[in-house]
Amino acid sequence: MMGRHRLLDALSHLVLCIGVLITVFPIYVALVGASHTAQEMAQSPIPLWFGHETWNNLKTVLWGEGPGVTTQVPVYRMLWVSCVTAISIAVGKIIISLLSAFAIVYFRFPFRKAVFWGIFVTLMLPVEVRIVPTYQVIADFHMVNSFAGLTIPLIASATATFLFRQFFLTVPDELAEASKMDGATPMRFFWDVLLPLSRTTIAALFVIQFIYGWNQYLWPLLISTEERMYPIVMGIRSMTAGADSQVQWNLVMATALLALLPPLLVVLCMQKWFIKGLVDTEK
Amino acid sequence: MMAAIELKNLVKRYGVSTKAVQVLHNVSAEIHDGEFVVIVGPSGCGKSTLLRMVAGLEDITEGEIRIGNNRVNDLEPSKRDIAMVFQNYALYPHMSVFDNMAYGLKIAKVSKEEIKKRVRAAARALELSQLLERKPRELSGGQRQRVAMGRAIVRQPQVFLFDEPLSNLDAKLRAHTRLEIQKLHRELGTTSLFVTHDQVEAMTLAQRMLVMNEGRLQQFGTPEEVYNRPANTFVAGFIGAPPMNLLYEVSGIEEGRVLGIRPEHLHIKNTSHLNATNDAHSWLAQVYALEMLGAERLVYARIGQEDVVVRTDVASDVPEIGGALELIAEHHQVHWFDKKTGLRQK
Repeated sequence: MMGRHRLLDALSHLVLCIGVLITVFPIYVALVGASHTAQEMAQSPIPLWFGHETWNNLKTVLWGEGPGVTTQVPVYRMLWVSCVTAISIAVGKIIISLLSAFAIVYFRFPFRKAVFWGIFVTLMLPVEVRIVPTYQVIADFHMVNSFAGLTIPLIASATATFLFRQFFLTVPDELAEASKMDGATPMRFFWDVLLPLSRTTIAALFVIQFIYGWNQYLWPLLISTEERMYPIVMGIRSMTAGADSQVQWNLVMATALLALLPPLLVVLCMQKWFIKGLVDTEK
Repeated sequence: MMAAIELKNLVKRYGVSTKAVQVLHNVSAEIHDGEFVVIVGPSGCGKSTLLRMVAGLEDITEGEIRIGNNRVNDLEPSKRDIAMVFQNYALYPHMSVFDNMAYGLKIAKVSKEEIKKRVRAAARALELSQLLERKPRELSGGQRQRVAMGRAIVRQPQVFLFDEPLSNLDAKLRAHTRLEIQKLHRELGTTSLFVTHDQVEAMTLAQRMLVMNEGRLQQFGTPEEVYNRPANTFVAGFIGAPPMNLLYEVSGIEEGRVLGIRPEHLHIKNTSHLNATNDAHSWLAQVYALEMLGAERLVYARIGQEDVVVRTDVASDVPEIGGALELIAEHHQVHWFDKKTGLRQK
């Protein structure tokens, strides 16, 4: 802790305030932008105070009715695609990583170390590196423009496997032995003991992976060629790229606000668990 | 129900072929039905490994274990009809006390009413009835320990295995729990194997004790036998607090022999009723430290180069540190060991 000094206090508050302004201002602009008509947003300078059109704008983009809609698919469909993808990715990642970490920590099988290192090494390979071969595989499986195509390649997760492995290593061996003495099969031990103990870790990972899935852009760009399979992040992008017509900024902003909501909800709901999972474990 | 345990030439090796480390060497013992046997030895002597082999948590490299006349070498732990109390209790942290005790029974598909009945009975016996809804983290060390015992009891196994269950308790609680375990054994009469490194615990609990060192069985007998007739210098120097004095090069010792004498059998001349007669050894010793234990006082002295401990009554005169004493040991209380093999003679 640095010494208490007035000037230092004032300075650090100033830095914090600037930081908050930088992060909050774009959101404020989105909120304001979403509350005006298209004409008002086309003026220069753009208005910096709230108008009265928020509700109409949201209705317009959500259900795809009213003037100025540029996408053929309403935003509720994009929200649906995004939600399904993000939840599938998060849940899928958690299930796969739990099981593989369980195998690596609790079972002795040939090449166990090699498998672990194999997984660990792929930590360093982001989606972008393997994107072309992965696309080839998904295309050959005819999974383009499907939820399976959007989610399956993103499910395997070295990070989550590694995190669960580290967590399992902290669970005392005696618990596994005690359950063995109690007659529990390995899967029963996993289900009755390991899973409940991993609750907070799972919650933390869910939040992180949900947002990861929600923010996917590059992969859907390849896989979703039809608008009905556009996730919302891509949807926003396609709205701003109207070639001949004026960009409907009020609608773009409204869509952006809608895109913010689900991750916000997830974080708010899981906040308590999330912090618990990162800070302590129930042991 | 017969539940004798038979250990036949048990060998445990870790690793493979040339690099293998052998931690148990041909351990054999027969434990009778209903007997309370303590396995005692210094850390690293293989006592826990032996217990874990009986439990089925470690493979048996060579030899055979029979429980109640069944060879259990290849049986899963849960099929051996045994229950174990772990050193750190190994309670399931997310389950209530009730669920902790009931878990094994649930897996064994015992009926709900029967589970309730058994858990309640065990809880009553262990004074846990008020705590059944609590989680382990809300319990004190002693209470956790009792839950761990309760978890073993409700299974109604043929054999109890205890792996240093008292070592995480404070001294007072440990003494109390020792009595509880004795009481429990009297009531249930279940064959029990109890591992500890604490020889006081071993002496107080055991009907018979297995003394181990460096993976070898040193002596198997009642606490009286082990105390009064230690089989070798290791047992002599391990059992007793303080342990037996072992003298190698003082007057009166023949070539190739070691003399053992318990601290309570060494007397200080003048302060004791004994006088140096033909029936006794006597040595001159120099006092270098004193320890007051309450009812008795330990006098640390040196005979020539060798250290001895003498246990004296507090009522007797306090020797002076640095002063000389004449120590007397009666012939019939002296133990003799072979210097080379360490084995007891006579």
